[in-house]
Amino acid sequence: MSKKNSPKASHDPWRGLTHFTNARIGLGRAGMSQTTQAHLDFQLAHAMARDAVHHPLDFKLLQENLKMMGHQSLILNSQAENQSMYLQRPDLGRLLSTSSKDELKRNIQTAIDATVVVADGLSSKAIEQHAENFLKLLLPELKFKNYQVSPISLVKHGRVAVGDGIAENYKARLCILLIGERPGLSSPDSMGIYFTFQAKLGQTTDADRNCISNIHKNGLSYQQALKKLLYLIGESEKLQLSGVQLKDETTENELIKK
Amino acid sequence: MYKTKIKDISYDFENLKNLMAKASPVRSGDYLAGVAASTNMERVAAQWALADVPLKQFLNEALVPYESDEVTRLIMDEHDKMAFAPISHLTVGDFRNWLLSENTTSETLRSVSAGLTPEMVAAVSKIMRIQDLILVAKKCRVVTRFRNTIGSEGCLSTRLQPNHPTDNPAGVAASLLDGLMYGCGDAVIGINPASDNLEATTRLLHMLNDVIQRYDIPTQSCVLSHVTTTLKAIELGAPVDLVFQSIAGTQKANSSFGINIKLLNEAHVAALELKRGTLGNNCMYFETGQGSALSANANEGMDQQTCEARAYAVARKFNPLLVNTVVGFIGPEYLYDGKQIIRAGLEDHFCGKLLGLPMGCDVCYTNHAEADQDDMDILMTSLAVAGGTFIMGVPGADDIMLNYQSTSFHDALYVRQVLGLRPAPEFDNWLQKNQIFNSKNQLLQQSEVPALFKASLQELTGGRS
Repeated sequence: MSKKNSPKASHDPWRGLTHFTNARIGLGRAGMSQTTQAHLDFQLAHAMARDAVHHPLDFKLLQENLKMMGHQSLILNSQAENQSMYLQRPDLGRLLSTSSKDELKRNIQTAIDATVVVADGLSSKAIEQHAENFLKLLLPELKFKNYQVSPISLVKHGRVAVGDGIAENYKARLCILLIGERPGLSSPDSMGIYFTFQAKLGQTTDADRNCISNIHKNGLSYQQALKKLLYLIGESEKLQLSGVQLKDETTENELIKK
Repeated sequence: MYKTKIKDISYDFENLKNLMAKASPVRSGDYLAGVAASTNMERVAAQWALADVPLKQFLNEALVPYESDEVTRLIMDEHDKMAFAPISHLTVGDFRNWLLSENTTSETLRSVSAGLTPEMVAAVSKIMRIQDLILVAKKCRVVTRFRNTIGSEGCLSTRLQPNHPTDNPAGVAASLLDGLMYGCGDAVIGINPASDNLEATTRLLHMLNDVIQRYDIPTQSCVLSHVTTTLKAIELGAPVDLVFQSIAGTQKANSSFGINIKLLNEAHVAALELKRGTLGNNCMYFETGQGSALSANANEGMDQQTCEARAYAVARKFNPLLVNTVVGFIGPEYLYDGKQIIRAGLEDHFCGKLLGLPMGCDVCYTNHAEADQDDMDILMTSLAVAGGTFIMGVPGADDIMLNYQSTSFHDALYVRQVLGLRPAPEFDNWLQKNQIFNSKNQLLQQSEVPALFKASLQELTGGRS
């Protein structure tokens, strides 16, 4: 398919406007419909976003890679047994399966300060691409703070609140949860971080969490996200809380310039 | 207690709320809420039992208590007994037959509209197929006016939605101009601001007002901020055409949105006083969507479609210019796939129209729903056949701020082309006068930017094309 000057498609004489936005403008047309190129561009973006949701995360590989970095981890499951159930029953994705709960209990340790949870969420691609890279930066910082950190929990079919039960199990003061965010056409691999102080299963609400969103190639960098997270950790230790009463005062960067 | 017996099996339903929920066609949100039928047989049994319920019963048995829910009070207190009289002897099943009858015309439907409650309309929709929902909705005619005429026979309008992730003025302007040059924006030019604050809202309001005045466009603008933000903007003298608000079908859900009927009334009065409409004074724009009450834990044990229809009682109190069901935005835990989204969109349109609302639909989906562009084409086409008032126009169907897929400028042109539909007449004239459309309802072939926009494009791009 020729990209330019194809006989059946007409171009918009205002294509210069594309400079100002990432929106799909100045697409041209075939008749009054979308050109083949615009149509297939869209299909491609949608396919990437769909694959990001449905592609199963290789938890074993993630576990091995973390082990090579010197970190122990446990692979756990939520109560959502499969992807279809996970998508339709957010309530089940917030709870650990019975066998996972038992496994956690066998791993109880004393004097844990922080627990780190990694959940596939709605984009396994996000976790595949960003979780390990981010943990490489985060875990040394936690060690530097002299925090006792529990084994990392890797949760299949997990939602944000699944971290609450894990933090409670370890009696961890701080819960740091990495999760794949709902993918957009332009950002299929966006990771989010949720931070909760003294998370408690069934008691913690979304208002008690702080979220650092949009971590991906064209969004927030690992360093920016880390800076925000360390700031939140510091402030929450001072104020003994997290959530809406804990504001992120780090300067907003020019995230999405375009 | 409602009962029915099928093949020697008795089915009991505790109350009308329960019966309605069990009779609802399958959707994930009702399972999530724990109110759905547990088997296909139970669902059909509930539909049989529901068909036998007299319409009058809906006036005697409130689904949410009158004492504790202001939406119920609104429905009951404003029910028009005179309008209801001609159909007051019917059951839900009879009502379906009556609606489908060729003797029931647009005029008949308009005359009974104020006598219908959302629950009656939701109930009958549960025993209707998609073709029934289309046929009856097509008979309904709801016309509203602000600076143009929305909802005339043979018209399909579009909301131009030039969103930008940071509300960047040049970014918004680029999508806005693109949309106008594709003939989009007669329902409203409506921006979802990235941040709901007064400063961003007033800045965008002034910008849209400038665009509409500069090009003399017979349309209206809206910045979709919270109603309290818009009220403050009005106090500051910002040019507010339409007041926007998301609404739901229970007091509890509305309160989770930070609104109540009194507040909406205050905003409505404030907008009316501005007298900015030239052809009419319909100055409210509401958005709804199945699942919103449940997502706020405020469905009060009702199924999501019944909750949705109850939101229309709130809407119709304020004579809105536009009501938009944002059907697939909420995600697969409420509407799982294309099939569920398609039916929900057509149910909402049917219920809204029957209750007298200028109903449009944001034909849309998210990437974690089992849906794609083909599903949207089917819903958009069916909606337009049903006489849907308006759809969205988003560049390339991809909203880069809200991260979901809606309908594109091209989509609207397609559906107008195949069904012979036109934009609002005043906007249609403007398109032709400015050499954007020809007289045959087609986009003109452009080798250059339409003369009207040449200067502003020069300003924006510095001559780059």
